[in-house]
Amino acid sequence: MVIENVSLNRRQFLGGIFSTGAFVVASRLIPAELFAQGPAGAAILNTKADTAALHPSVYLGIEPDGTVFIVTHRSEMGTGIRTSLPLVAADELDADWSRCRIEQGVGDTRYGDQNTDGSRSIRDFYDAFRVAGASARSMLIAAAAAQWNVPASELTTANHEVVHARSNRKVGYGALVPAAAKMPVPAKESLTFKPKTAWKFVGKDTNIYDLTPIVTGTAQFGLDVYREGMVYASIEHPPVVGGTVKSLDNKAALAVKGVTQTETLAAPKPPLLFQTLGGVAVIGNSTWAVLQGRKQLKIEWNDGPHAGYTTAPFKAALLEKVKRPAKVARNLGNVDAEFAKGGTVMEAAYYTPMAAHASMEPPAAVAEFRNGKAEIWCPTQNPQAAQETVAAALGIDKNNVICHVTLLGGGFGRKSKPDYAAEAAILAKQLGKPVKVVWTREDDIHHDFYHTTAAVYHKATVDAKGRPTAWLQRSVFPPIASTFGAPEPMGFELDMGLDDTLYDVPNIRAENAGADAHVRIGWFRAVTNNFHAFAAHSFADEMAHAAKRDPLEFLLDLLGPGKIVDLKAQGVDYSNYGAPIDKYPLDSRRLRRVLEVAGERSGWAKRKSGNGRGMGIAAHRSFNSYVASVVEVEVDQQGRVKIPRIHQVADPGVVINPDRVRAQFEGAAVMGVGLAMFGEITATNGRIDQKNFDGFRVARMNDAPVQVDVHFVESGNLPTGVGEPGVPPVIAALANAIYAATGKRLREMPFSKQKLV
Amino acid sequence: MRLTVNGKAQTYNDDPEMPLLWYLRDDLRLTGTRFGCGAGLCGACTVHVNGQAVRSCQTRMGTLESKTVLTIDALAEGGKLHPVQRAWIQHDVPQCGYCQSGQIMSAVALLKTTPNPTDAQIDAAMAGNICRCGTYQRIRAAIKTAAKERG
Repeated sequence: MVIENVSLNRRQFLGGIFSTGAFVVASRLIPAELFAQGPAGAAILNTKADTAALHPSVYLGIEPDGTVFIVTHRSEMGTGIRTSLPLVAADELDADWSRCRIEQGVGDTRYGDQNTDGSRSIRDFYDAFRVAGASARSMLIAAAAAQWNVPASELTTANHEVVHARSNRKVGYGALVPAAAKMPVPAKESLTFKPKTAWKFVGKDTNIYDLTPIVTGTAQFGLDVYREGMVYASIEHPPVVGGTVKSLDNKAALAVKGVTQTETLAAPKPPLLFQTLGGVAVIGNSTWAVLQGRKQLKIEWNDGPHAGYTTAPFKAALLEKVKRPAKVARNLGNVDAEFAKGGTVMEAAYYTPMAAHASMEPPAAVAEFRNGKAEIWCPTQNPQAAQETVAAALGIDKNNVICHVTLLGGGFGRKSKPDYAAEAAILAKQLGKPVKVVWTREDDIHHDFYHTTAAVYHKATVDAKGRPTAWLQRSVFPPIASTFGAPEPMGFELDMGLDDTLYDVPNIRAENAGADAHVRIGWFRAVTNNFHAFAAHSFADEMAHAAKRDPLEFLLDLLGPGKIVDLKAQGVDYSNYGAPIDKYPLDSRRLRRVLEVAGERSGWAKRKSGNGRGMGIAAHRSFNSYVASVVEVEVDQQGRVKIPRIHQVADPGVVINPDRVRAQFEGAAVMGVGLAMFGEITATNGRIDQKNFDGFRVARMNDAPVQVDVHFVESGNLPTGVGEPGVPPVIAALANAIYAATGKRLREMPFSKQKLV
Repeated sequence: MRLTVNGKAQTYNDDPEMPLLWYLRDDLRLTGTRFGCGAGLCGACTVHVNGQAVRSCQTRMGTLESKTVLTIDALAEGGKLHPVQRAWIQHDVPQCGYCQSGQIMSAVALLKTTPNPTDAQIDAAMAGNICRCGTYQRIRAAIKTAAKERG
């Protein structure tokens, strides 16, 4: 990957993004335009909802037998979204859940945005699914009103039936479908939604739709797709990003039983986007054959411009660069003037390494190419990007690409980037037959779009009570923007914990600079919040301890009584996770509240610290949600860290399926712990050092918190993110807990590499 | 060579080096057994051979003469879920679900030898099974529920 050394302004850059179809970045910056109701444009592939007799929305259809088809257009990677969005529609419809069938939508712009990342599926589509359900219900009521010749206002619905209480009549939805289908689809403005007191599914626990298939092994993930006449492919990618094949000797590979041929894939041209990496594909008639064949390839590589990338010097340069002034991202008051007054100054630098997503299912895709059209099956978070990437690779129109979305065996951001789908499509076209591309774990860890490495610097002057009167924070990291050809971080990368800290300090400045990217950088669960929050909330804890104050009491003092924080007045063009700021403001009262509740639930006031035991606390707003974490640790005499309990207290607004949202915060605690304790990807001469789960450690059962207690603060606010915001505060709270237990301040991840005793 | 997979007799005459995992998936299309690491590090491919939990990605076909293999696909007998599967549903364990076939097969094997496992025994038996979604506390709870149900 060559970072073109040109200065692009934001608008030019966006133009570039749109022209290459990398919708993923754009969607972060522009509030989602919702497409609540179809039917604009032709369908890529008709669903059963489309062909159902009653079809008021692209998301919903009902047949005369009463079966309700609900289309989930967002990808299921473990959040439960495939169940939760249909529950919203089924609730407004007053449907019998057992008569609802969920269909997975293919990539198709008629559904609106399908990039399942940014913890925004419910936030952005809650209304659309309410509209879908309420529209159908309204049409069914209209049909019954006409049939019985009574005013619609006298009719109610319950459990798949329309009811006329006055005449003691009722009729099933199915029987009404033929007549309802002739009714006009009501205007969105004319719909009335159920009051909260009448919600049947929203706010109640419902098992995920795929639960039984998962526990019986029949659930279908990407690797489980088999097509008639299909061949298998495993690809030796260039070991250094941007590398090319210098010479290839495939004789020994072709001699492996079951291997039929090799195909050399074209190297990508910068910017990398979601293009394939190039390399040599081994094709054969079984997974085992192609994996064996790959081992016999003899390839010499041109490594390209990134062969000099080695972690230790890069880290040193990052930590050096973060001490120097950088571009101002936020400015309130005058930090320099305050610093110039002298007084007590505190400063600290924090470092986090790269990390891999390492979802349990490595990337995989199956593709067919016939008559100028491609059909792909893959675990993707972003089927429209898969359509666009495949179309660009094959030189066809994206409407000639059908992208079927299987279940995802984890995603965490990796599977928003469909390079593996493009590999399958390219090979299917070249070979003229269906192809399954299988990535090994080593491929996955070596060729990720990594969670970036970062250095973060904090400096503050503090008053007699230890409160900061001026606070400077600065981060330096190779940005996600680099994957799209821009050298400096995009605004959204700073709007995640760098320029939106909610502490009430009179003088604040946030600064940022990019650093050269030598690997592909991408979104990882909670993104830049992870290191920004680790640094900011560790530093707040450092200030509390320096002042010999209780950390929770100190944080509440730092937040003050709380208010709506207006970042615009402080020079921040805040992207707010793509959500309108008037509906989703930054409200430090909500952050205060989750801290207070976390303190109560964790028994903070009665905690005993020292002698290897400690509790740490941190709170962070991300993805428009407010989360406080309290981590309890026990550090033994060998320095081993045990985590008996983590309390996660969240205010994510309206909760659709509480059990699944609890699961997200439980999982976020485990992932936060794993990332903080073990998560480290390093490079030597442009090559990633880690190979598999032995080199890249993730949390196992015996590393994970024994218990995660999740509690929601009911604010009645609009629903906001739940998949990601549970991670960032856990990392800082863990560092703070280890400090409380041992007196060791951890400013570098992974913590397991630090000596604690 | 002959072996039994999920109660059915099978004959295999191909590469003895091929791991059981790919035989199950590509040859028999028993796709419930998942590929996670190919190195015996994650447990996603766990199956039973003669009643013992093994990593099918590390089990060569050549070692399976006359052996009996059970996979997640046939754990439920006659449509009746195994108590461990029922416990998994009761605790709504899975998030993405990919690792859960292996988790369940490991848990079933654990409960065979240790009907009432302690937390430490559960940790020791299950530490080889990675769940990247972080469902560990529900896995532990489900194992305890299954243990109780089996009495």
